[in-house]
Amino acid sequence: MTIRHHLSDPLLMAYSAGQLPEAFSLVVATHVSLCDDCRARLLAFDAIGGALIEDADQARMAEDSFEATMARITGLPQAEPVRASRIMGCVFPAPLRDYVGGDLAAVRWRPVGMGVRQAILKTDTGATARLLHIPAGQAVPDHGHRGMELTLVLQGAFRDTEDRFGPGDIEIATEELEHTPVAEPGADCICLVATDAPLRFNRLIPRIAQPFLRI
Amino acid sequence: MTSETEQDWAALLLRVRDDADRGAFALLFRHFAPRIKAFLRKSGANEPLAEECAQEVMATIWHKAHMFDPKRASVATWVFTIARNRRIDALRKSRRPEPEDLPWGPEPEPDQADAMVLQQESRRLGEALAQLPEKQRSLIERAYFGDLSHTEIAAETGLPLGTIKSRIRLALERLRHQMS
Ligand SMILES: [Zn+2]
Repeated sequence: MTIRHHLSDPLLMAYSAGQLPEAFSLVVATHVSLCDDCRARLLAFDAIGGALIEDADQARMAEDSFEATMARITGLPQAEPVRASRIMGCVFPAPLRDYVGGDLAAVRWRPVGMGVRQAILKTDTGATARLLHIPAGQAVPDHGHRGMELTLVLQGAFRDTEDRFGPGDIEIATEELEHTPVAEPGADCICLVATDAPLRFNRLIPRIAQPFLRI
Repeated sequence: MTSETEQDWAALLLRVRDDADRGAFALLFRHFAPRIKAFLRKSGANEPLAEECAQEVMATIWHKAHMFDPKRASVATWVFTIARNRRIDALRKSRRPEPEDLPWGPEPEPDQADAMVLQQESRRLGEALAQLPEKQRSLIERAYFGDLSHTEIAAETGLPLGTIKSRIRLALERLRHQMS
């Protein structure tokens, strides 16, 4: 997979800092699962968090804090040694499979017109996440969005006025971008899309980030 | 902080992992628990919640010690990611999807040289952060620690939004230069 369109620094930083709405985090986690370049950049942003913790103030702990922690430790089962990892032959990386409840075949599609289908994924209310299935050669009908929109291609490819986006590519669109993505001929195009819910996306970094997001 | 101390944190964590060493864990606790609690307090947790979450984070460190990979993160960075996830869970009542593990996964015997390089870079990053002008540093700190809206930031610093944006960008550029 040759990825040409990557996550921006502000998005990676906001994800590292834990400030993104769940739907945006899902797109970031899914792209990072496919992209070693963004994975390395994410580790650098995590390291900023580490440096800040190392250098942080120290709060006073409760008298019995250590004993209480040891009691928690004995009360808890040992953590699972393995996290979700790559499964050969899957279209969806592990974080997306968690939200779908399986791979591509498990998606419960609903028609939205002109042959396009979508499936809304359950996330918190800060933003919405959905899967889009666009038949090869088809344009996405009326594609307005009020805030920021992230589109990650999982299969096939689409073009709009900006560029071509293939598997693994991310398009970061602000509300100024009026675009009508058209799926390329060949394979149907399947995308994961996160859209900002108006007025809810008011955390520090995304706000700061928005003007930088157009690449 | 010197690279020796970071090496020591990693060594202590390995003793927790391999021998369930309570003494090693006590040293990690003394260093990191008060910092985790301060992080949670700054993020808006009240005193009892911050205490409870800091204990939970330390318990998670014990239980997940076998997942720590010194080639990928310093102990402080790893602790930060656990504390951050606990904050999202407890304070924002939200989930944070995680990237899937790399296909090759963490190796049982980490390469000492890789781990050394990673820890030196982490130290350099800490120094770069410490050298930032106070206003830039505090903005980055609040971006990571405080779950503050932009309006609150602007009200607190008295800076117009454009200035905040350019300062964060400048700080990031400087950090990257320091890292390369
Ligand atoms: Zn990437």
